[in-house]
Amino acid sequence: MWRDALLVAGKDLRIEARSRVATNQVAPYALVVLLLFGFAFDADRELLTRAAPGLYWVAVLLCSLLAVQRSFALEAADGARDGLRLAGLDPAGIFLGKAAAVAVVLAGLEVLLGGGIVVLYGTGVHHPLTLVVTALAATAGLAAAGVVYGIMAAGLRVRETLLPLLVLPVVAPVLLAATQAWRSALGLAPGDGGRWLGLLAAFAAIYLTLGVLGFGTLLEDA
Amino acid sequence: MSGPAIDLVGAVALSGGFPVLAGADLRVERGEVVALAGANGAGKTSLLRACAGLLRVVRGRAEVLGADLVAEPRAVRRRVGLLGHTGGLYDDLRVREQVEFAVRAAGGRGGAVAERADAALVALGLTGRLATTSVAGLSAGQRRRVALAVLVARDPELWLLDEPHAGLDAEHRDLLDGIVRAAAAGGATVVIASHELDRVAALADRRVTVAGGVVTASSAADARGAGTRTDGTAEPGGATRPGVARGTSHVA
Amino acid sequence: MTTTTAPATVGTPPAGPAAPTARSSTGDRTTRLLGVAALALLAATAWLGLVVSPPDVTQGQLVRLIYVHPALATCCYLAFGLCALASAAWLWPTTRARRWDALAGAAGEVGVVLCGLTLATGSIWGRGSWGVWWTWDARLTLTALLFAVFVGYLGLRRTGGTSEARARRAAVAALLGAAVVPLDHEATNWWRTLHQGNTLLTSSPHIHGWQLLTMALSFVAFVVTGAWLLVHRYRVELLEDRYETDGLRAALAARRAEGSAR
Repeated sequence: MWRDALLVAGKDLRIEARSRVATNQVAPYALVVLLLFGFAFDADRELLTRAAPGLYWVAVLLCSLLAVQRSFALEAADGARDGLRLAGLDPAGIFLGKAAAVAVVLAGLEVLLGGGIVVLYGTGVHHPLTLVVTALAATAGLAAAGVVYGIMAAGLRVRETLLPLLVLPVVAPVLLAATQAWRSALGLAPGDGGRWLGLLAAFAAIYLTLGVLGFGTLLEDA
Repeated sequence: MSGPAIDLVGAVALSGGFPVLAGADLRVERGEVVALAGANGAGKTSLLRACAGLLRVVRGRAEVLGADLVAEPRAVRRRVGLLGHTGGLYDDLRVREQVEFAVRAAGGRGGAVAERADAALVALGLTGRLATTSVAGLSAGQRRRVALAVLVARDPELWLLDEPHAGLDAEHRDLLDGIVRAAAAGGATVVIASHELDRVAALADRRVTVAGGVVTASSAADARGAGTRTDGTAEPGGATRPGVARGTSHVA
Repeated sequence: MTTTTAPATVGTPPAGPAAPTARSSTGDRTTRLLGVAALALLAATAWLGLVVSPPDVTQGQLVRLIYVHPALATCCYLAFGLCALASAAWLWPTTRARRWDALAGAAGEVGVVLCGLTLATGSIWGRGSWGVWWTWDARLTLTALLFAVFVGYLGLRRTGGTSEARARRAAVAALLGAAVVPLDHEATNWWRTLHQGNTLLTSSPHIHGWQLLTMALSFVAFVVTGAWLLVHRYRVELLEDRYETDGLRAALAARRAEGSAR
């Protein structure tokens, strides 16, 4: 399983490196989203600073949808999904590999977006370790949930519209927890982010486990 | 390892509610080369996909290489190779990378991977500049050759070829024939669906005709060289009369 | 009742189309009984709630929603819970049968309707009490999330592919949604304790005597109504199966005829 996961992750990341979709398309999209929030909040500096963690994570959520769509789009081209099934890979390995690739891409986007909110909203950076650890846990959960729903939607004609509908309500707790944890870390709210981090870890654990267990059967029906 | 390579009895398979296979019977022994003939839409592609485990058989029996595909469609993935209408290739990977990925996915490790990939690429004439081109930059015929190279490198026990000659020029059609002969000589079982019956007849031991989602006839291919391997008798159950239900087990 | 026949195969039979239901309509004595009971209970609740019960000191007439909103919410959670359980039963190989999938689908639909009503009544209550259409009350927010999750679930049930593939996708989605409910619950609770917000029932009056009885009655009434809806919807699913099976028989014949029409 781990070997197959590495193989699939490597393939996905290599394709990403060649096609540069994340860098050329998703990253600018993310930055534009941050700008749009600025317009929406009437460039109220103080408001933006206070809202920054939430806005950041909404932007990350939107990017995760694109990343997942892309991950499955490259399988859909030229019947590659058949190829993936015929290749004889362990489905749990395929799941972990795809989730890992999505997570890596998301992580890169998160760093970029982090820079974005520092510049655009004037967020200060405190407790960087908490921020990073929270982000890692949240990213793992987002990638896992995204890939699970991605394969469910993958074979369907309505996949582009169904995927957001399926994923967003389900990852709402991630948004909530990550935002709160960051608010604590950035000093915008009292208390520590500890229990929010626990929630994120639980979410990631649940979806990673369910993905490993269920991906095989879902892949067959795709 | 004994037993037939393919044993389908009354197989029914659905695609979007439509019965693409409506009670197909097919028995192919190991090492045979079988030609699959039939009009467009008859069910040739569906039959091949069912044997590869990609199309789920919902009624009847389907055993391939000794594994029950109804219960466990994934069981024979590594031992079966399907060359379909689409290549299953990734646009942004280079030719050599595609082949190596497929070999690794099928369980290859270490140095053997590069060796097998090289051998396959050479066999298909995909050397030099072609080996390092991304699939997106290839013509349709070249893509077919890449898909074929993937198959050659994986070297499965059962080869399922769906109209393999389509899109290839004369030189590469002969190349393909040579590869099929080599595979058969090496003990693999080959099933070829094709409209080019003459060309395939020279390769095959037997021809099976598909129509309306069922197998309607089976006969020895014409002009086979010395050593015809199978007799030309019909499948169990014989050719069907049109409209007659084949057995009651799969009529609701 | 419907039975599922496994086709005569070697190995585990796949969950193909079940033998068609013998019914031709969804109504029968059971549903008529349920229906009458539901009507009677609802009428009793309405009378007690709207006429007999006095208005509240602070909330006025609005307090009568206490006979509707909590009952709706409970029924909605029950329906979703049933959906999750039925999905689990379907996914488990030994108990896999079409009826669980049909039950899950029916429960999901009924649940979504009840959930919508819960949100609507909650919103009206909030509007009446505090002048806002939406309070970010923990429970209400959680219910809204659940609503979205199960609307997605219903969307998934309408997609293409074989019925088994559809059932599998839906079952997994239902279980994933259910698995996340405790997380959502914790999260929204923690979140709201950060903001000492209004909860819908903080200013709930002392419940005693007739009011307690009425409230209990309302629970029973809505559960019975929900059950009636569920049974009908479940049977509609099975009737759809029969339509599909009959269609398959015709399609098989037509398919074979294709080949011989030469």
